[in-house]
Amino acid sequence: MSDTVTGAPTTGGANKVSRISEAVIRIAGNSQDGIQAIGGFLARLAGRSEQEVMTFMTIPSTISGGPSIFQVRIGSGEVLTAGDDADVLLAFYQHSYEGHINSLKKKGIVLYDADHVQPKPEWESEYHHVGIPISSLTVEAIGGTAKDKGKNIYALGLIAKMFDLNIPKLEKLVGERFTGKDPSVLNNALAAFHAGYANSPTNLLETFQFTDSQKKGAQQVVMNGNEAVAYGLIAAGVRFGAAYPITPWTDIMEILRRELPKYGGSFIQCEDEIASISMALGASFAGRVAVTGSSGPGISLKTEALGWAVMAEMPLVVINVQRGGPSTGMPTNIEQSDLNIGLNGGHGDAPRVVLAPANVEDCFYMAIEAVNIARKYSVPVMFLTDQGIATRIEAFSEPDLEKVCQDITPDLTPVPMHKAYDLAAKDGITHHVKPGTQILDGRYPIATGLEHDEFGHPTGSPKLHMQMTAKRRKKLQALGATLPLPKIYGPPEGNVLLVGWGSTEGPNREAVDRSRAAGDSVSSVHLRHINPLPNGLENIFSGFNHIFVVEMNDEGLYGYGQLAAVLRARYCDAKIQGINKTDGLTWKVKEIIELIKTKLRK
Amino acid sequence: MSQTLTDNPVVTINAPQPATGERKGLTKKEIAADHPTWCPGCGDFSILALYFKLIEKRRLYHEKITTISGIGCSSRFPYFVQAHGAHFLHGRALPFASGVSLSRPDLHVFAFSGDGDAFSIGGNHFTHTARKNVKMTLVVMDNQVYGLTKKQTSPTSPLGFKSKTDTWGAVDYPINPAKQAIAVGATFVARTSASNPNHVLQTMEAAMDHDGFGFVHCLSECVEFYEGAFDAANPRKGGVFNEVPKTHDVTDELAAYKLASADFPGNFGILYKVKKPTKNAREMEINKNAQSKFTGLKDWQILQKTFERMK
Repeated sequence: MSDTVTGAPTTGGANKVSRISEAVIRIAGNSQDGIQAIGGFLARLAGRSEQEVMTFMTIPSTISGGPSIFQVRIGSGEVLTAGDDADVLLAFYQHSYEGHINSLKKKGIVLYDADHVQPKPEWESEYHHVGIPISSLTVEAIGGTAKDKGKNIYALGLIAKMFDLNIPKLEKLVGERFTGKDPSVLNNALAAFHAGYANSPTNLLETFQFTDSQKKGAQQVVMNGNEAVAYGLIAAGVRFGAAYPITPWTDIMEILRRELPKYGGSFIQCEDEIASISMALGASFAGRVAVTGSSGPGISLKTEALGWAVMAEMPLVVINVQRGGPSTGMPTNIEQSDLNIGLNGGHGDAPRVVLAPANVEDCFYMAIEAVNIARKYSVPVMFLTDQGIATRIEAFSEPDLEKVCQDITPDLTPVPMHKAYDLAAKDGITHHVKPGTQILDGRYPIATGLEHDEFGHPTGSPKLHMQMTAKRRKKLQALGATLPLPKIYGPPEGNVLLVGWGSTEGPNREAVDRSRAAGDSVSSVHLRHINPLPNGLENIFSGFNHIFVVEMNDEGLYGYGQLAAVLRARYCDAKIQGINKTDGLTWKVKEIIELIKTKLRK
Repeated sequence: MSQTLTDNPVVTINAPQPATGERKGLTKKEIAADHPTWCPGCGDFSILALYFKLIEKRRLYHEKITTISGIGCSSRFPYFVQAHGAHFLHGRALPFASGVSLSRPDLHVFAFSGDGDAFSIGGNHFTHTARKNVKMTLVVMDNQVYGLTKKQTSPTSPLGFKSKTDTWGAVDYPINPAKQAIAVGATFVARTSASNPNHVLQTMEAAMDHDGFGFVHCLSECVEFYEGAFDAANPRKGGVFNEVPKTHDVTDELAAYKLASADFPGNFGILYKVKKPTKNAREMEINKNAQSKFTGLKDWQILQKTFERMK
């Protein structure tokens, strides 16, 4: 709230109402407390109220339980990140209180469960403490047998009161959540919610009211990145997929397994990662682009088959929800360390397409683009999201589904003859005819991983290997020539240009906003098409003294992160430097700003 | 899921039918593609010839079948057949073939594999494709040796077999493919030998007609690296070709398992055959139920309904 509070700062007594344009609320507890549910309700409420919203969560990679947080930033204006520091911390336990008080702004409000948290005197002057025995009041509200289940909903009531949230809308959301369950479950939830809401307002130091949203009237949908990818694939016409469960990819396969049958499609859970990509390739070969996906080690296992897709020129979409690596690494943390495997994973010269969506909305539209690139260029597409974008919730304008949904049923019209790997094809782009298609001259193609002639039959010809290798490269160069240059955020000339990819778009832009507000010359540009890169980036780079590539991966042996190394190799530009981190958490804007300053001092 | 492969096949994807009303069956010449690269005398020639014969006999058309393989001598198969085909990764023919089978009910999928491809590097897929009962025909051409890489021990090499990786003789107990198939839930398990052409044809045909995962374990001698491996099963070489006893109940899993356990050369023919819903049929059932709630809606309208709940 700090920068944007339009009312007085939070110093007053009870019942004071401040008008605010945004707020960051961090809820800290254990993973089984349903804190993600509170965050989800708040995010969806924001979506229904035409506000912008972004969330951030951490989950333990243990089987059950463990500390977990959910942070939600709601704004009436543009929201680019989940926020560096919270305005309000809701702490359920002593460890939540002690572990997260540092993420609270000075003079921010810590709302704690007095049944479990003993405030520390040294912090009481720095933060506004509001203690409410949430656990016991929940039991009181719901009845003795409920233990403290439902305290998350009680806390939602408190937050609703504090931020003067729309009660009928929230009640409706709670109702939708418990549809189909025993009515007593909903009744208990609503009882807890109302009890929280009715909790004496004098206990709350202050209440807030959001200013009206700037984007009035827009219908919004609210979802996380994994959901957006899954529904984007469905909109794109994908009707077959195969995968093996692995965090944080699993949500996507669960959604597709559940949803595809409605469209006559199937998603198959396979025995392993290799079978998954193989089955997806079989389905792609059989007619329409299929999907597989994974995270971490699962992607490593798929690389041999990915190479086959390059060689056989088979369309395929591989979703890679990146997590911390290498090996089993940090399954529930964020990292952007799979760019190299995306670009180069596997043996041999194996050019493929690499795309990286910038936010949740982009996950939806870029999934469609991925499918269309795979189809048009007969090439596998590695789609790099990450744990952060996968689990964060955003609200975005509802897509015009009638327009964006496509039918990619294969055309099985007989053809006179067919050269699957025609060297004379425009830009070297292969178009396979699908099984079921009669080829009237009686010569049928083989999709193959061996180097081959134009009909897909094996060859050891040095000349053909050179020609086919070039063919597989040229079609991506042709794709590169069609890609638009990314827009520069901020002035096109200046001192520092931040270059980002994937989920870092928001933090980079906010870093630009804050730096410029402080008088520093910083702009940013965001790459969504990483292989091939759009042509002409050098013209953007030439407008700046320093190019800092902001990535969540290691600076590497030679001091450059994975994208920075690619850009240096391509542009031979010594101005290109890396800003990297490997703590497994999303970028805080202040971290980026500090690292810019550090780099500039060098 | 039952489908006719001969006249007017069932087509669920909008496949335009060729204009010709009366289409002749294919001749061997029309089916044969590249000249096989196998060594002279290889058992695989026989299996290829019988595959051609099957296509001729059953009037299968080029475009209605797909021939899929992994890596190995046997797996060169698709290049020798004029039909849509794929030469996939070592060991992974079955999941690839499953992708075709599950997404294209109008096609019949034939997978050809070898002992190393099916039971060693692809062992996991053999198990799971069998237990899921994915509709396809799998012919494993077993020569009990790695031939393409020139004589290393294979998972079916008998104990004591001298190879370049076991110069003192194989020490690992071999896999019994038929036993394994029965144990993991295959619904059709048969044994045959390339040295008995009529039996191979009969067995492949029965496997093709089986609505489910049809597994044919076919002995196929490698004259180069394991000559005489199957003499004991070849009457012309002084062996015996014992067919499965007429009294055997092919639906009796235990009896089938016992029969499969017999010492080499064992029994040839259908050891086990049961009718169980295929993976294909189960998935179609799931789809039918899911789609029944959205009758008359276009795909975008179904997605719209989902989005309504995300507001």
